[in-house]
Amino acid sequence: MSEPALPDGVERRSFDGTERLATRGEAVYGEPTDGDWRAWNPRRSKLGAMLELGMETGLAGGETVLYLGAASGTTVSHVADFAGPTYAVEFAARPARDLLEAADSRPRLFPLLADARKPETYAHVVESDVDVVVQDVATRGQARVALENRRFLADDGRLLLAVKARSENVARDPAAVFEDVRHELADGYDLLECRRLDGYHVDHEAIVARPR
Amino acid sequence: MSDDAPIAGGWFAGVDPDDLEAGASAIREGERSHPRDWPALAVESGFADDEREYYDLLKETTARATKAAVSEAERADDRQLVHAVRAMDDCERTANELAERLAEWAGTVDSEAGTGIEYARSLSSGGRSLEADDRRIVSLAERTASLADEADELREFVERRTPTVAPNLAALAGPVLGARLISLAGGLENLAKKPSGTIQVLGAEDALFAHLRGHAPSPKHGIIYVHDAVRGTHPDERGSAARALAGKLAIAARIDHYSGDLKPELEDELDGRIRTIRARTDGKPDADGGSDE
Ligand SMILES: C[S@@+](CC[C@H](N)C(=O)[O-])C[C@H]1O[C@@H](n2cnc3c(N)ncnc32)[C@H](O)[C@@H]1O
Repeated sequence: MSEPALPDGVERRSFDGTERLATRGEAVYGEPTDGDWRAWNPRRSKLGAMLELGMETGLAGGETVLYLGAASGTTVSHVADFAGPTYAVEFAARPARDLLEAADSRPRLFPLLADARKPETYAHVVESDVDVVVQDVATRGQARVALENRRFLADDGRLLLAVKARSENVARDPAAVFEDVRHELADGYDLLECRRLDGYHVDHEAIVARPR
Repeated sequence: MSDDAPIAGGWFAGVDPDDLEAGASAIREGERSHPRDWPALAVESGFADDEREYYDLLKETTARATKAAVSEAERADDRQLVHAVRAMDDCERTANELAERLAEWAGTVDSEAGTGIEYARSLSSGGRSLEADDRRIVSLAERTASLADEADELREFVERRTPTVAPNLAALAGPVLGARLISLAGGLENLAKKPSGTIQVLGAEDALFAHLRGHAPSPKHGIIYVHDAVRGTHPDERGSAARALAGKLAIAARIDHYSGDLKPELEDELDGRIRTIRARTDGKPDADGGSDE
């Protein structure tokens, strides 16, 4: 099986003799750099892990993106490096302060302090028909959040979702949690690929889906 | 706002493109159930000349709106915590005072009267029966008990809230001591700006001023005394332990205020320091007087 191509603007480059994913932009979290390029650490980024594992994300570069759960901007800064307009939603003030800093040098990264469970608080800002929704909110009700935000996604768009089992239920078997999430998601999405991020992120599953 | 107008409900509706402030509040306060093609509508309505200009304006305005929202939320958070921990201390102290008064009073009519909050609770729950005449005593017990309940609930609130306001400080000091330090400093920002020597004696201001006036030895520790790293160390080395602890707490407060990152290694570093310090008094008697808080 051949690996899907990386999006334009994402390359494998060598840092200190190791091949790593990289994008071009200002460093954000102390990652190694090489000229304009900065390494993208898949252990700190679920989307990075998805690319590293060769999942079919459908990303080609230049997309309009809605990113939910941007935290301090580790992953969304890489996204903004290769994508087009990128809306970054985070609801905790503390990480959002770092997100602002990461957004400073990125003219098409729009930071928003908002709750992803309440899309009506940012639907007057985020445009319709975005190409990609990336979601990494690590909070209870992750399927619900994805369904609520389907309204932003173009019909042929993609949902790239990282599900953290422990956020739903610390006591339950992660496999059962993922099963539930997939089931609930099917209300609004066709699931294209599901894969555990073992080795990069414990008890996480990544899902690629498209609106149905 | 009617939905027929081309830009109805977009954050830029009715906003002058030069008025960043107005745009920022529209972003923070606006609501709408569904998105539309805002870049195209903004150009169509003349808000921006082209998509590029729209995105430039959007960039400036979202940055400003989010900056304002973040500072507001953070200010509110640590202030809420300061009020909560002070209210918790007030409730605890008052409940204890009332419990003492109650025990004294109840002792005059009940030869087996107990003491403390526990006794107030048992009286108020009817666990002990007094004469009908002593209704006032029971009523006082009820109020004492419910004040103690309020203190417990406030403690729970503080325990939940401190880790979001100051995650590293909460991990290192424990949520309640962390909140007290923030309270004594007058906020997280103030705490983050204090040198560790000041943090070491926060809460020992009286002793410190006596020392500065030349009446007393310099205090070795303030409220950080209740931390196990200090209390569990041999009295000879408590000054060193307090200094090491205060140093790490100062770093934690700064990270919490300035970056918000998580630095779990701080705990290991502190453990290492304390182990080294304690090794100096290995074998000496009197590791701890065993006082409780
Ligand atoms: C695992 S972190 C995200 C890390 C980030 N995606 C990255 O890779 O750089 C999860 C984030 O989601 C945020 N979050 C949780 N619930 C949320 C909600 N309802 N709306 C927006 N953000 C939320 C949390 O505050 C946290 O910052």
